[in-house]
Amino acid sequence: MNRFLLPLGGFVLLLAVLLVGLKRAPDKAILPSPLIGKPVPQFSLPNLFDNTQTVNSDALKGHWSLVNVWGTWCVECKAEHNVLLQIKQEARVPIIGIDWKDQNEDALTWLAQLGNPYERVGTDRDGRVAIDWGVYGAPESFLIDPAGTVVYKHIGAMTTQVWQHEFLPRVGAGPGA
Amino acid sequence: MNGPRCWRAPLRGAALWCGALLLAGAALAVDVTPPLPTPVLQQRYESLTHELRCMQCQSEALADSSVSLAADLRLQVRELLLAGQSDDQIRDHMVARYGEFILFRPRMTWRNAWLWAAPTLLMLVGVWVAWRVLRARARLVDADPADFGDESLEP
Repeated sequence: MNRFLLPLGGFVLLLAVLLVGLKRAPDKAILPSPLIGKPVPQFSLPNLFDNTQTVNSDALKGHWSLVNVWGTWCVECKAEHNVLLQIKQEARVPIIGIDWKDQNEDALTWLAQLGNPYERVGTDRDGRVAIDWGVYGAPESFLIDPAGTVVYKHIGAMTTQVWQHEFLPRVGAGPGA
Repeated sequence: MNGPRCWRAPLRGAALWCGALLLAGAALAVDVTPPLPTPVLQQRYESLTHELRCMQCQSEALADSSVSLAADLRLQVRELLLAGQSDDQIRDHMVARYGEFILFRPRMTWRNAWLWAAPTLLMLVGVWVAWRVLRARARLVDADPADFGDESLEP
């Protein structure tokens, strides 16, 4: 009987390791960002509303901000749009938009029709800035602290739930709130 | 379906069929990035785009993916190569933005070192178990050869 105990123990241990692995396996669609805790990637993009002006990383310094990567071709972006408008109404955290691989006319029409939640919008036509931000699908939203550090990233449509449970508590707890 | 069979057939028709299949593959290629100026750079480009993951369609390599982000990333690999960066610098560039997950071949770090060591450890355990079993058997034969013989005659 004793000679079966060791293999049995080994088997149970393996089973436990695999079960814990299965339970804790992260959703493959949601990958952690290596940018968390790092300064925001430097960028300078043409302003959607006035292409003689730019929107750059300096706009993220000195206050909390929400950087939202979107595009008019992105279905989920339409789904989150009302939540972004609500966040704008709260007036706690300004939203900086990065319009990713889009057309200016389409983006302007979209904002005119659905309302504009953004304080500024930069236009990333060739997708270079999005790559620097590690974006792999729109919409993605980044919370930036007043020092210009990436604090949190949400992949997929913003919801009231996510905003209240993941974003606002971080703003409340952080410095400069 | 015809794939394996056409290599066996010595017929000219079959060879043509194979050639046509190969060409069909080239015609369907998704990578439209302009070629690099030297064969060495082109070779490095090919191997890098095959070992970097397309983040949108995660089981595909950058080289094989038709989504626009993959095309953007291939262009970036090309530019970094032209800028004279080494393969490791380019991998670091991608990892800094997208994390370790973008590498199909994970790197060894302290966090995953036990995974790399696991096969060797398991093999040592196996050798130890085999050694114990063999020694026990040898002792059995030495101790009572008659008994052992009797037992082996039993059905």
